[in-house]
Amino acid sequence: MNWLSEPVAASLIAMLQALVILLGAVLLGAVMTVVERRLLGLWQDRYGPNRVGPFGSLQLIADMIKIFFKEDWIPPFADRTLYVLAPGIAMASLLLSFMIIPITPGWGVADFNIGLLFFLALAGINVYAVLFGGWASGNKYALLGAMRASAQTLSYEVFMGLALMGVVAMAGSFNMREIVNAQEGLWFVVPQFFGFCTFLIAGIAVTHRHPFDQPEAEQELADGYHVEYSSMKFGMFFIGEYVGMVLVSALIVTLFFGGWHGPWLPPIVWFSLKTAAFLVLFVLLRASLPRPRYDRVMSFGWKVCLPLTLINLLVTGAVILIADPL
Amino acid sequence: MEIAFYLSALVAVLATLGVITNPNPVHALLYLIISLISVAMVFFALGAPFAGALEVIVYAGAIMVLFVFVVMMLNLGETVVAQERAWMRPRVWLGPSVLSGILLLTLIATLWGGDAGRVIGGETLTARAVGSLLFGPWLLVVELAAMLLLAALVTASHVGRLPEPDKPAVSRESGARKEAS
Repeated sequence: MNWLSEPVAASLIAMLQALVILLGAVLLGAVMTVVERRLLGLWQDRYGPNRVGPFGSLQLIADMIKIFFKEDWIPPFADRTLYVLAPGIAMASLLLSFMIIPITPGWGVADFNIGLLFFLALAGINVYAVLFGGWASGNKYALLGAMRASAQTLSYEVFMGLALMGVVAMAGSFNMREIVNAQEGLWFVVPQFFGFCTFLIAGIAVTHRHPFDQPEAEQELADGYHVEYSSMKFGMFFIGEYVGMVLVSALIVTLFFGGWHGPWLPPIVWFSLKTAAFLVLFVLLRASLPRPRYDRVMSFGWKVCLPLTLINLLVTGAVILIADPL
Repeated sequence: MEIAFYLSALVAVLATLGVITNPNPVHALLYLIISLISVAMVFFALGAPFAGALEVIVYAGAIMVLFVFVVMMLNLGETVVAQERAWMRPRVWLGPSVLSGILLLTLIATLWGGDAGRVIGGETLTARAVGSLLFGPWLLVVELAAMLLLAALVTASHVGRLPEPDKPAVSRESGARKEAS
């Protein structure tokens, strides 16, 4: 056992952790598709999928079998390269973002100095999935969906970054672990309440979840940017949306709700509980809110959220300077 | 880190060549995005992760999205691809490339003979260091750039302003267009 020296073992453990986190994120995204339908059924006073297995617990497997064995059809009028590339970008950019999330003191993939910026960069790359997917389909509904998605995501990413800067200013670092450790006494949701509100809204908008799902509005655009996709390529867009939901929930927990901190229970349980609470909130929002008109979504972003984040950042900076003059 | 630097630099050069030679405008833009990401990787390899992340956020994540957006709206079809192909005949690009080849040779010769300059160091430049440089010695330049951008923003919103609508039915559409622009 000479080769199993200290650094080799450490890097093997790190690799294993990374693999577990990756698979965990994908699986959680897949499980959320079924959990969401059951919860929607509960809140909308109907059954939801409850036929496959006890309490519908095997529905996920049935869905996976269905989606794997569907015909994988590429339209003859599509731009093949981009058409195939787009679902990959959708999935990969979101999964890579899990790299920066510290789950417990010992668990986490990467510990970057620029942690938070890495997420913002990948969120920027994620726009191309929708944009290329919609354009390469050669379908006008898909193109309209892609246009809506890119304009919406660009507008909401502007203040998503600004909403997080209050947290960064208070923690004094972009590093996610330092941000979590800075919340040991008080969760950032209290001093950064407006930052939390705007980040939640921006997070929903960037993942195209329900109140902001104009890019794929069924009633207006058939299915938006992925109308021409079938089989596993559609599946990657579909699971990608849920992975994005898990990602935003985990980020909210890390940035505003103290990450793994909490009394009595072990860190992993606290992190999972908090993340699950936000996942349920995402589903509840979908179950309860109507879809606003597209131009209202845009003016809400620019005229309400952007000024709010700017004022929030200004006040945060002023308070920090008053409390601790240079 | 030197291997990472040379690999990403190679990708950047090849992708930029792809931007020039690809006849399909959207594919050319895809090459440009890859080129920008590899330049960001070069920054990472040089020990400036903050600049690298900003490169991806600002250039690849925002400015290129607008480029792609406009090119997709123009709906350039097969005719444009054919036109681009016609422009790529050797007669067109041979002259300029000989001239730039001479410039490249001069550059390489100068770098070869002259001072090697600074090599890639091990130190990493943090966001804190960049921030205190920007808002310390370079504060005036930052403020001037901010004023210039604010003026551009005001001008753009003035130019893009639509006339007051006559009917409520029109106001809906114009509102949507105004927000999207």
